[in-house]
Amino acid sequence: MGDLKELLPLLLKGTGVTISIAVCAIVLAVAMAGTATALRSAPWRPVRWLANAYVEVFRGTSLLVQLFWFFFVLPLPPFHIEMTPFTVAIVGLGLHYGAYGSEILRGALRSVPGGQYEAALALNMSARTRLFRVVLPQAMINALPPGTNLMIELIKGTSLVSLITLSDLTFRARQLDEATFKTAEIFALTLVIYFVIAQALVLVMRRVERRVSHGILTGVAR
Amino acid sequence: MTHFFDFRYALQIMPALLHACLYTIGITIVGFAIALVLGLVLALLRRSPVRVVSRSTGFVVEFIRSTPLLIQVYVLFYVAPLYGLTMSALMAGTIGIAVHYACYVSEVYRAGLNGVPRGQWEAACALSLSRSRTYRDVVLPQAIRPVIPALGNYLVAMFKDTPVLSAITVVELMQQAKNIGSETFRYLEPITMTGLFFLVISITFASGVRHLERRVRLP
Repeated sequence: MGDLKELLPLLLKGTGVTISIAVCAIVLAVAMAGTATALRSAPWRPVRWLANAYVEVFRGTSLLVQLFWFFFVLPLPPFHIEMTPFTVAIVGLGLHYGAYGSEILRGALRSVPGGQYEAALALNMSARTRLFRVVLPQAMINALPPGTNLMIELIKGTSLVSLITLSDLTFRARQLDEATFKTAEIFALTLVIYFVIAQALVLVMRRVERRVSHGILTGVAR
Repeated sequence: MTHFFDFRYALQIMPALLHACLYTIGITIVGFAIALVLGLVLALLRRSPVRVVSRSTGFVVEFIRSTPLLIQVYVLFYVAPLYGLTMSALMAGTIGIAVHYACYVSEVYRAGLNGVPRGQWEAACALSLSRSRTYRDVVLPQAIRPVIPALGNYLVAMFKDTPVLSAITVVELMQQAKNIGSETFRYLEPITMTGLFFLVISITFASGVRHLERRVRLP
């Protein structure tokens, strides 16, 4: 138990970094997913094409390659875009998982029955009201469960930012391992911390799901 | 150095990258083969009538699914030797990625198994088929066929996760690109080319999966 008292504070410091990256990246990913989905149904073809290209490219290559690309290639000529590792992590994770999120959102929007859209149109709702009061709330019910899975994937993905020199939980674990040689304890503890974060997220999202589907009988009147 | 993308240089490093690409593909194929078998075992264990077995399998699958592959690979590479299980980086990496995806694959199988109608089980029971024959000849053929496309998607996902293994010094595509980059201080070409390789191969895989989806659709 003495080990635990020694190791835990340092690992928790890394956990803080991991969680703050995850939260920022989730916010960016949700924003990107929404934007990409909206642009993919834009009336203008080049915009649609661009949004599709974004989704395909970020879904088709691996997260680590993207992080390295942002980290090693962007600061060099001809780009000269220098970002701190923290920004690279958030941008990389956000763009990568945003592309996946866009697919989820698209599927969920498609699952809303056409009659709902027509009914909103018949009631003379504006496009804004139609989207935010009728279509999105129903799409959310279908988007949240896969969305939760994707968030867990994102949290797992944050471990890769240790490879671009960010001192997150994984980085701290490696560092402690090299300093103390208590390899088994450190990695076991690290795994448990990631597991706890993921389970906590699942609990929170369950509540949100219940909130969102409040008053709706799923599987009825479809 | 003022070029945007030096094609001469790109051509020059192409053979090294293609060679590393073979490693990436090899790891994917071997790892996925292990994952397919191990995943089926896990899925069947999870349906075991013995409560302890099914519960603990469920927990292990859930645990592995919600912790990062990177740490699991570290555990195999750095912790396993302490218990007398020394592996090369390539082997530890392949086993790590295989076990990680076996857990995902087992969930896919589980969905397939749950999709088999009850009547099939009852019919097998009425014909007094043994438990192993019921699974082998009645349930599994019907359970696996509809989930083949989902399995294909995990093959693509696994392929895209192989760069994680570069963290334990497996020289796959990503690591090779980084090595080339650090030798010549030109990162643009190798890393961009790595990205393109991944894009091309995973889009090819994905269209293959779509093709398969049409072919294996149950009538």
